[in-house]
Amino acid sequence: MALSPTDVARLARLARIELSDDELARLAPQLDVILDAVAEVSQVAGPDVVPMTHALPLTNVFRPDVVKPSLTPAQALAMAPAEEDGRFRVPRIMDEEA
Amino acid sequence: MSAEILRATASELGERIARRELTAVEVTTAFLDQIERVDDDVKAFLHVDRAWSLDQARVVDARLDAGEKLGPLAGVPIAVKDIFCTQGVPTTCGSKILEGWLPPYNATVIDRVRNAGLVMIGKANMDEFAMGSSTENSAFQVTGNPWDLERIPGGSGGGSSAALASFQAPLALGTDTGGSIRQPAAVTATVGVKPTYGGTSRYGVIAMASSLDQPGPCARTVLDAALLHEVICGHDPMDSTSIDAPVPAVVDAARSGDVRGLRIGVVKELGGNGYAPGVEQRFREALDVLKAQGAEIVEVSCPHFKYALGAYYLIMPSEVSSNLARFDAMRYGLRVGDDGVNTVEDVMRLTRGAGFGDEVKRRIIIGTYALSSGYYDAYYGSAQKVRRLIAEDFDAAFTQVDVLVSPSTPTTAFKQGERTADPLAMYMSDLCTIPSNMAGNASASFPCGLAPEDGLPVGFQVMAPVLADDRLYRVGAALERGLEASWGGSLLDHLADSDAGAYLGVRTDVATPPLAEPVEASDAREI
Amino acid sequence: MDELLDYDEAMALFDPVLGLEVHVELNTASKMFCGCANHFGAEPNSNTCPVCLGLPGALPAVNATAIESAIRIGLSLNCDIATWCRFARKNYFYPDMTKDFQTSQYDEPLCFEGHVDVEVDGRTFRIAVERAHMEEDAGKLVHAGASGRIHGADYSLVDYNRAGTPLIEIVTKPVRGTGSMAPQVAKAYVAALRDTMRALGVSDVKMEQGSLRCDANVSLMPKGSDVLGTRTETKNVNSLRSIEAALTYEIRRQAAILACGGRVKQETRMWHEEGYTTAGRSKEEAEDYRYFPEPDLVPVAPSREWVEQLRSTLPENPAAKRVRLAAEWGMTEREFGDVLAADALDLIEATVAAGASPASARKWWLGELARVANAEGVELAAVGLTPAQVAEVQGLVDGGVVNDKLARQVIEGVLAGEGSPAEVVERRGLKVVSDDGALSAAVDAAIAADPDAAAKIRDGKVAAAGALIGSVMKAMRGQADAGRVRELILEKLS
Repeated sequence: MALSPTDVARLARLARIELSDDELARLAPQLDVILDAVAEVSQVAGPDVVPMTHALPLTNVFRPDVVKPSLTPAQALAMAPAEEDGRFRVPRIMDEEA
Repeated sequence: MSAEILRATASELGERIARRELTAVEVTTAFLDQIERVDDDVKAFLHVDRAWSLDQARVVDARLDAGEKLGPLAGVPIAVKDIFCTQGVPTTCGSKILEGWLPPYNATVIDRVRNAGLVMIGKANMDEFAMGSSTENSAFQVTGNPWDLERIPGGSGGGSSAALASFQAPLALGTDTGGSIRQPAAVTATVGVKPTYGGTSRYGVIAMASSLDQPGPCARTVLDAALLHEVICGHDPMDSTSIDAPVPAVVDAARSGDVRGLRIGVVKELGGNGYAPGVEQRFREALDVLKAQGAEIVEVSCPHFKYALGAYYLIMPSEVSSNLARFDAMRYGLRVGDDGVNTVEDVMRLTRGAGFGDEVKRRIIIGTYALSSGYYDAYYGSAQKVRRLIAEDFDAAFTQVDVLVSPSTPTTAFKQGERTADPLAMYMSDLCTIPSNMAGNASASFPCGLAPEDGLPVGFQVMAPVLADDRLYRVGAALERGLEASWGGSLLDHLADSDAGAYLGVRTDVATPPLAEPVEASDAREI
Repeated sequence: MDELLDYDEAMALFDPVLGLEVHVELNTASKMFCGCANHFGAEPNSNTCPVCLGLPGALPAVNATAIESAIRIGLSLNCDIATWCRFARKNYFYPDMTKDFQTSQYDEPLCFEGHVDVEVDGRTFRIAVERAHMEEDAGKLVHAGASGRIHGADYSLVDYNRAGTPLIEIVTKPVRGTGSMAPQVAKAYVAALRDTMRALGVSDVKMEQGSLRCDANVSLMPKGSDVLGTRTETKNVNSLRSIEAALTYEIRRQAAILACGGRVKQETRMWHEEGYTTAGRSKEEAEDYRYFPEPDLVPVAPSREWVEQLRSTLPENPAAKRVRLAAEWGMTEREFGDVLAADALDLIEATVAAGASPASARKWWLGELARVANAEGVELAAVGLTPAQVAEVQGLVDGGVVNDKLARQVIEGVLAGEGSPAEVVERRGLKVVSDDGALSAAVDAAIAADPDAAAKIRDGKVAAAGALIGSVMKAMRGQADAGRVRELILEKLS
């Protein structure tokens, strides 16, 4: 399963990463090599092996439903690139409904 | 006086501060001065603020003067990898995308360190978002290895390891996702421990791969690492993957170093082709030292370890692709292209394109691919199965032996720039360390000598079962005791007193004998 | 404007297939994964913390009460409860989503394979519930600029107070076989869910405030075919009546396209209260959400003991409750059916609980109040009178303070914000006059004014009293007890 520059460009769009033509030319072959090197992994385990998603087999870790202090709006907004009326200001949103 | 403070172990400093022979301010000042003296060359720190550190030191002195009983490390400075959120103090994770960010909260580990009276002396350099094995992926600076400033100090925690080896800090905090504590420790002759997954809280640690990341102690001696381990470990309800169980008795283990009857398994698969001869030689000599102290050495096979690197480079990027999505220019951090015309999607893309470095981009793209529909089973799904097989290899091995050992990394520190254009070669640095991240068990790297071919440090990796972190320290302490007896001091003592280490300015009146080949033949050295 | 086919014509050609996704905001004290307060209407960004702002390093911790509520909801919907399941990350970029992934569940829902029975016009429909899973809500966007809408906005503002609110998403399997009743069945289903959530006490279930939200999917199959058509998903359906109206509209719109050989586009439609839908995001290119198990949270594995303990806390099932109340209230099947159709069951129950008789409670809610709700275009429950106030009005009637006609004026006064029913009576001076002195004088005057009628009554033609009563009532401006007037007239002329 080779990864073409077209694939890389599509994945970069999906991951919201702008790649220049130079970057694409540099990264695409590297990514193909990396993917090729790790691809053998798909041949190792049989269907009976249960995937392991967590390092430890813990279950049922819950927090009591208790309210704790929040940040103040000023703290929450302190690092915002832009704010207005106590809210985070973000660029216009296209082609989607609210 | 200053050199004596800088060369002292953290436990010695802690004792002397507790006895009020030294103040936290004196000790902190000595290290701040050392940072000023050498960090232009070493480049271990991204952020140092004398006032911030001295304020902390003064508070500790006041508490001690008031008779308050603090822990054994009260007043001891500590370097903090810039991946830990520190309230009101710049936290960049080595990335341009977070430049200037001041977190509104502290990581749990930071709160513990502060409560124990340690003094944060600076934020240490790292590979961007902890992705790398050389610290060359930092967006800000390339850190030198104090043993040879043109070589890498390991990564991602190269700032922390370099700070320790250049006597800019006696302790440091690191995080280890695939070896980012242990590999830097190995190439700088320092001690680095990855506790059992869930042993230390990840809350407030900027995530790379959530199921693999684990904060841990970095130090110059085994006992110092154990003392810090005890400070930072323990259950945290803010981290749902944190283990609600007592912390293993690591300090007792580090003080005892008793390996009599301990069964040590050498992992057959972690050696041979691709391993530097000097690395393998020092590793074997270390085994002899342990054997001499009563340990039993056997060979063990872990057949799936050879797939660990491949599985790691699917699981880790998958989690990375999701964990790093939040750096989207909306709530904090860099924002590029917000000109009133670009849409929110454009701004996200432009910001992430400008704010992330190559390695981060590579991993996000690989991870996006591995999770995408149609490929999930072949990549992410298969990798998680391999992960299970690796964990089962450990389980099987630990029925035969108490700990597993291997070299920490296949080679010694390579030259800066040597592997930057070849990601796969860079990834090989973590060949030995990755299996323990996959399985979640405890693992550590201890200094075991200088490779004869290049005179650079070699690390000895010890892997213990889940929640048996104390065994790491028993083995580490035995090794340290045995090896230092033959060397006449630690490897870092040798660096400090050598010409190569003269720039560190920490020679002491008591000379350390030079290390020659063979290590047994050492004689006194003129100053 | 869309072409629409007549509904009956559409139903002659096609069978609708429904799919309903309902989101219920839980009313826990704190949010799903952090300790921030979970409530509506606070100052923007005042209920936020590193976790729900998705700050670097922050980690989620699951709210135990949210899990309990989710299990109780699942049990109420006759679902199986998973013995082991995980949270999953649904990855997509959107500025209202602080981590740019939603913590949700994917192929391992907590609750699955349930059903809800709903009754419409005497027919029972069993709606199969595919799953009920846990997830978190997003922040709220406000669009700035001339239009106030997303299109044409110069920029948007985000308030993350709602980010991380616990949500349960309840998804049906495709609902077939409803024929022309599909819109009513959908409405009845959502009403049933709402009643269930309210009975459980797990949510405010206020559709206007978004604590209960419904996305309605519908597709059409040509009669006799069993091949599913292309579906649309209608969002922004914020009331029960809108569900019925929106689905009716979508069925007519799709039927018009299909009837002339066109293809329905798979897309999201936005419902507008004015009575139509418009195209939203096209779903032709499906989003790749790259779901994977949430590594920051450990699996949820509810023990059977815990599940049974929670089952024992369930309130009476709303369907069973309907059967019980129909019997207790002694209504005919038709009368009770009207109550359900008007969505007045809970209101009448509460009114009865406040002291009114079932018949009188029914009379007010299905009569005067239904008329007002209809005129105002609001749900019956939102009409502005509480069950307790209705019971108070009826109490005034029963006590002879007002008659039915005056009671309607009392209601009008309460709705106009003039105070409680008793206060309205006082302020408007609506009390029935039962002072015999005043009445007696009015009766005397009426008798004097109409000697013919008086003579007839004296001759035993009692029916003639009606004319005199009428003129007395007129003279008293309605504020007299008609029964007492009649008594006085007969007394005086006997």
